[in-house]
Amino acid sequence: MKIFSNLIDFKNNIAVITDDNQKITYDELLFLTDNLHSKINHRCLIFILSENSIGSLIGYVSFLRNGIVPLMLDKNINIDLLMNLINIYKPDYIYAPKYGSTLESLQYTTYYDNNNYILIQINYETSFPLYDDLALLLTTSGSTGSPKLVRLSYKNIFSNTQAIISYLDLTNNERPITTLPMYYTYGLSIINTHLTVGATILLTQRTLIEKEFWNFFKSSEATSFGGVPFTYEMLKRLRFFTMNLPSLKTMTQAGGKLSFDLTKEFVEFSIKKNVKFFVMYGQTEATARMSYLDPKYSFSKCGSMGKAIPRGKFKLIDEEGNVISTSDTIGELVYKGDNVSLGYAECGEDLIKEDENKGILVTGDMARRDEDGFYYITGRKKRFIKIFGNRINLDEIEQLIKTIVIECACIGNDDKLIIYLISNEKEEQVKKLLFDKLLLHTASVEIKIIDSIQKNESGKVLYNSL
Amino acid sequence: MTNLENYNKAFMESFNVSEEELEKLEYQSVKGWDSIGHMLLISTLETAFGIMMETDDLIDFSSYKKGKEILFKYSITV
Repeated sequence: MKIFSNLIDFKNNIAVITDDNQKITYDELLFLTDNLHSKINHRCLIFILSENSIGSLIGYVSFLRNGIVPLMLDKNINIDLLMNLINIYKPDYIYAPKYGSTLESLQYTTYYDNNNYILIQINYETSFPLYDDLALLLTTSGSTGSPKLVRLSYKNIFSNTQAIISYLDLTNNERPITTLPMYYTYGLSIINTHLTVGATILLTQRTLIEKEFWNFFKSSEATSFGGVPFTYEMLKRLRFFTMNLPSLKTMTQAGGKLSFDLTKEFVEFSIKKNVKFFVMYGQTEATARMSYLDPKYSFSKCGSMGKAIPRGKFKLIDEEGNVISTSDTIGELVYKGDNVSLGYAECGEDLIKEDENKGILVTGDMARRDEDGFYYITGRKKRFIKIFGNRINLDEIEQLIKTIVIECACIGNDDKLIIYLISNEKEEQVKKLLFDKLLLHTASVEIKIIDSIQKNESGKVLYNSL
Repeated sequence: MTNLENYNKAFMESFNVSEEELEKLEYQSVKGWDSIGHMLLISTLETAFGIMMETDDLIDFSSYKKGKEILFKYSITV
């Protein structure tokens, strides 16, 4: 089964309402997606410079329905990163907003123009062959610019969508409001699941800190939203707990671990207001979702990421790869399910690759399981951190910084990147580089100057000495 | 430092912008003023002036100019 093959069932249901009060039904959505598809008409690779708008949604739905493989990107992606991706993967087309995207700084001829989105054709003599079940490509690290992509299949998306619909118990009465971008797997999963049940998506490019967002939320009676830890920190700061939002029924949280105290505050709020609060866990490498905590247990198992989603399975392994069967023992979390991606792509030739993961994902997250079978994330094995929900690979950051300084070492925890330099000469340039390339705000970066960076005999940085 | 100097400094440091750019600054008009930058700005201003802003003011704080009006409500003249 392919995602979005059932949209035809929903006919006159409203599929989308935008903050400027445009409405389109499922029939209209299908008409628009078919129309766009007719301009391309063959299986190929396409880049979508996405935003939360009708044009962007039409592209995504059209391509997935019709066997065209999109790579989802931010419409404001850094121009060098975009050019790099184009050179590596040689897409046949780019689908982008007519105004206000990175594309505006390039020379191109518009091939098709509708709903404020344009299609431009890129002429390469050859394009790379695509594996039959390849459906969608996503970047591994939001905006950090690594050309490494996650390869997702039609089966991955279909399976994860069904599982999420089932545990969130979604119906066509839902009206989720967009709070996450479409190039982010969590944002996409909200779109996938709600279109599949015939619900109405409230599309807005406004953010939580804008009055217009909350006006739209209230006037269009949003029933749910999703958020990363930073979203919930902001909500608290915006005194969300005192807001009057009678239409709200469900809140979901993923994209990193929310602090215990903040989780507790939102759980208490949710119980008081009779709102369901789902703490969830996932990765792009697993399409989106791997676990959720049933709100029934949100108080008694506060801090847990719950149990595996329907038809998924977890196990914990020790350093030798043996399965840990005792409770409350920390090990690396391994997931098994139909939503585990095919693998990565690092160059155009990788797009023909078959399923390399075979349904098993070694997550790189360390976790423990309590005696009732609930899982708790305790740390990470891999060298990456999350800054405001964006995955940041510390080794990639080091390589980037080393383009302007000779020596550096990066460590950090979520929401704080710590960079060690051996001279303060280029401190400002390093901060500027991280801001320009990766939009890392100065407040989330701390630079420390030390005499030397200790290494072992093979030249590896001794991070524990920092 | 005067109130204006404090006010300007908060913007320049939160968004990596120069003094010349301030007058025209609006939410999302520069790369740094996204939602993360916004929260940064608000907490810098609250610390600098010793105030706690209301929700309505936090979500109405949409430009450099508008911010001055909002601070005035808290008896801060910039």
